[in-house]
Amino acid sequence: MGAPLRRRDTGPALHERAAADLQYIRGTMERAAEFSAVPGRGGMAMGGVALLGAAAAQAVLRAGRGDGAWLVVWVATATVAAGIGAVALTRKAARLSAPLSRGAGRRFLFCLCPSLVAGALLTAALARAGAYDVLPGMWLLCYGAGVTAAGAFSPPVIPATGGAFVALGAAALVALPGVPAARLFGDVAMAAGFGGLHLVSGALVARRHGG
Amino acid sequence: MRADEFDPLFLSQVRLGIVAVLLQRGAATFPELKDLLGVTQGNLGIHLRKLEEGGYVAVEKEFVDRRPRTTARLTRAGRDAFRRHVERLSRLGD
Repeated sequence: MGAPLRRRDTGPALHERAAADLQYIRGTMERAAEFSAVPGRGGMAMGGVALLGAAAAQAVLRAGRGDGAWLVVWVATATVAAGIGAVALTRKAARLSAPLSRGAGRRFLFCLCPSLVAGALLTAALARAGAYDVLPGMWLLCYGAGVTAAGAFSPPVIPATGGAFVALGAAALVALPGVPAARLFGDVAMAAGFGGLHLVSGALVARRHGG
Repeated sequence: MRADEFDPLFLSQVRLGIVAVLLQRGAATFPELKDLLGVTQGNLGIHLRKLEEGGYVAVEKEFVDRRPRTTARLTRAGRDAFRRHVERLSRLGD
């Protein structure tokens, strides 16, 4: 941090210090432009829902109720988690006076949403093709891509979480399709990602960034 | 123009930083300000109090999950004063 404007400054010194103060203000405002209303406790709740979803998905498979029922469980889980996330995001943004309709909030949503829409469309296409083994890896990858992109305007824990989702999704996409226990490990990967990563990153955000 | 013509509350880069963050975000928690400005807790507390006493910042304290949380918001007076200060700086520094 440079020396600020001082009462006794005059002439050239005053000009130099004014320029330094302006530069400091601009730099600070750029750093402050990041979107900090990512909900920590909401993320933890989403993680809890994902763990329940993984358990339910495995129960459905073990009961022999088929791929369609398994997919319904995950779509329902995603719907509930998305609802929790949306409410938590909206409430935290309102509390911090960080509007989602403009500035960093708008950029955050614009970066996050395309990957989620792509994931939803790919889900429909892959399910129609019967490629259920591919779904967990694709979901993790798409979500991770969106979170990483949105994280460019967020505290560092968010892009780091997105990167971890991408890595987990890539590993699941490469390793799982076609192997005998693909469905079991797919649900484990989902629990680790949507459950574990949300719980850890949510706790960090809640602790460091106001809930 | 002389330095003593400037608002004395802005003759500190920490206070300038606090107001710049609040102008950008509307509000910020104490840990967020501490991280963004890279200052110690004690230093931030002192400068935040001066801005609050000057009516430039409103500080709200609450308990969330049994932990105290301090949130600062920029007041109308603080916003106007900061804009005037930046205009003066711009005339000198740019």
